[in-house]
Amino acid sequence: MAGYLLRRVIGTIPVILLITSLVFLLIHAAPGDPADLLLSDQATSQDIAEARHRWGLDQPFYVQYSRFIVNVLKGDFGTSFRYSDPVITVIGERLPATIELAIVSLLIAIALGLPLGVWAGAKPNSWADNLGSFFGFFGISMPNFWFGIMLILVVAGYLNWLPSSGRSTYGIARGSETGFYIVASLLAGNFLAAWDGVRHIILPAVALGTNMMGIIMRVTRSAVLEVMHEDFVRTARAKGVAESTVLWRHVLRNALVPVITVAGLELGTLLSGSIIVETVFAWPGSGSLLISAIESRDYPLITGTVIIYTLAFVAINFMIDILYGFVDPRIRFGK
Amino acid sequence: MAVDVAVADAARPVRARRRFAIRPLLKPKIVLGGAIVLTLIVAGALAPWLAPFDPNAQNLDLALKPPQWLLGPHVLGTDAVGRDIFSRLFYGARVSLVIAVMVVLISGVIGVTLGAISGYFAGIVDFLIQKLVEVVWAFPPLLLAIAIMAFLGQGLRNLILALVMQRWISYCRVARGQALSLRTREFVDAARALGASNTRIIVRHIVPNLFQSAVVIGTFAMASAIISEAALSFLGLGVPPEIPTWGSMLADGRTYISTSWWLALFPGLCIFFTVLGINLLGDGLRDLLDPRLKRSGTGMG
Repeated sequence: MAGYLLRRVIGTIPVILLITSLVFLLIHAAPGDPADLLLSDQATSQDIAEARHRWGLDQPFYVQYSRFIVNVLKGDFGTSFRYSDPVITVIGERLPATIELAIVSLLIAIALGLPLGVWAGAKPNSWADNLGSFFGFFGISMPNFWFGIMLILVVAGYLNWLPSSGRSTYGIARGSETGFYIVASLLAGNFLAAWDGVRHIILPAVALGTNMMGIIMRVTRSAVLEVMHEDFVRTARAKGVAESTVLWRHVLRNALVPVITVAGLELGTLLSGSIIVETVFAWPGSGSLLISAIESRDYPLITGTVIIYTLAFVAINFMIDILYGFVDPRIRFGK
Repeated sequence: MAVDVAVADAARPVRARRRFAIRPLLKPKIVLGGAIVLTLIVAGALAPWLAPFDPNAQNLDLALKPPQWLLGPHVLGTDAVGRDIFSRLFYGARVSLVIAVMVVLISGVIGVTLGAISGYFAGIVDFLIQKLVEVVWAFPPLLLAIAIMAFLGQGLRNLILALVMQRWISYCRVARGQALSLRTREFVDAARALGASNTRIIVRHIVPNLFQSAVVIGTFAMASAIISEAALSFLGLGVPPEIPTWGSMLADGRTYISTSWWLALFPGLCIFFTVLGINLLGDGLRDLLDPRLKRSGTGMG
């Protein structure tokens, strides 16, 4: 197991280097001098010359490149124009909101997608299957930003059930609304704030999770369909095990491996989806930070957010691989 | 669903023949999906003739008029500068379609070619191409496109580049896997024995065998290209603002969401039904052409 882990860790190093290189190339492919891009609009030509020297832009390409890589590895993405703070600090403040939203979305997707998939797969071509497949197609075809807008229009606007934007109602949070707001409020005993946080997260989480729900439903359905005809299922039935136990214990457990894999792969879609859903709901996470950074041409912040999002995605995939290796020992030795 | 039926058949041989006869009935997915896609193509191609108004004609006197349905000239209402929503939807279909088709074709050609080369030659070529695939694969799907648009700027060419960057890899992965097994087949050996060059073997013997899977991947890639294009336009990172697209109409709609619901409702419905149609079509095609892809094509990404 240790050898497998080590091999996997070493395997990700070149990928991380190449990702950083690709972002570096992208910055250099941008029209205009990086110094023009990386400085604010008020910079004079003297400022630009000085910045070119300071950032080593007058150096040969390979020097610039190695310097960029070293800085990224040190976690130094420069200073945000807009916030005048180190990029890593700015992103760090916003990251918990994104993680909280992603986790709640994932939970909603699993809570709906898994049972729908199991019911549909257990009885192919029944009404349950048709209903499940409808939700599956609905999920994978629904653009999350439009679904978000419609949720705001109907649930927040017309019905006035839930708030349409932000993480908390002003005043309830008593100060900071950064960090893991719902959990932090619960731990602090501020149940009013926690409930307020839950009310705020429902709509964006539903909008973000719908896609994933559809995908999980479809994968679960086909995995359950395959497992349903395995010998051990027939054996379990022959022993007189109740049908629901067969389904939820024997079938589902064996169908979970592909579901975990696909869900893991699709976490990237969820992460990118959060960028746009956060923008729709004015959710103060790192996704809406990226979009506002693009709007204000805050290039160090854009670079930092893109690299951190990608590294997070690589880390998630890495963990899914490990998890997968635990669930199915064949993976570790095979290939 | 063909796979499901096949699995069911294996378990219950008695009902096999009857089950198999149901298979043509599975075509409604293809028919319904195809009809939606065809409508899109017609709407896009004939936009100048079908659209009642110039999509960019502004009239501030008529700004934010609610839908008049069949009772007035502005069937689905007007936007904040008085442009006709119904007409803009037609032109939006055209933009979505052109971009999606170009993205699918370009990424298909790149992906299948690289995948065929990668699988056929194996060794160091395969290693290098697969490293490239791995790196692009490491980016969350929409993020790479957002980064490209943010650094390179708005415009049709950059948009297509941004969407292709992420999409050629799914063709490449599948094409490589199939090419790896095709290269050891007798007909490839026979071609080589007859003195065919590597290029000839790839072009004439490998690539035609990759076509079916590529069609299936292409349909799903088209659905995701339409969603991504709309998402980028929605964020203001798509084509220039003077070109009407469903995504940018939606972005306008979001601004006026509290007063004018029709601005956001109709373009979103168009995106949803288009993507739904393409996904249905893709699902149906996959069942028919290439059931092995069942797990890989989730329609997103």
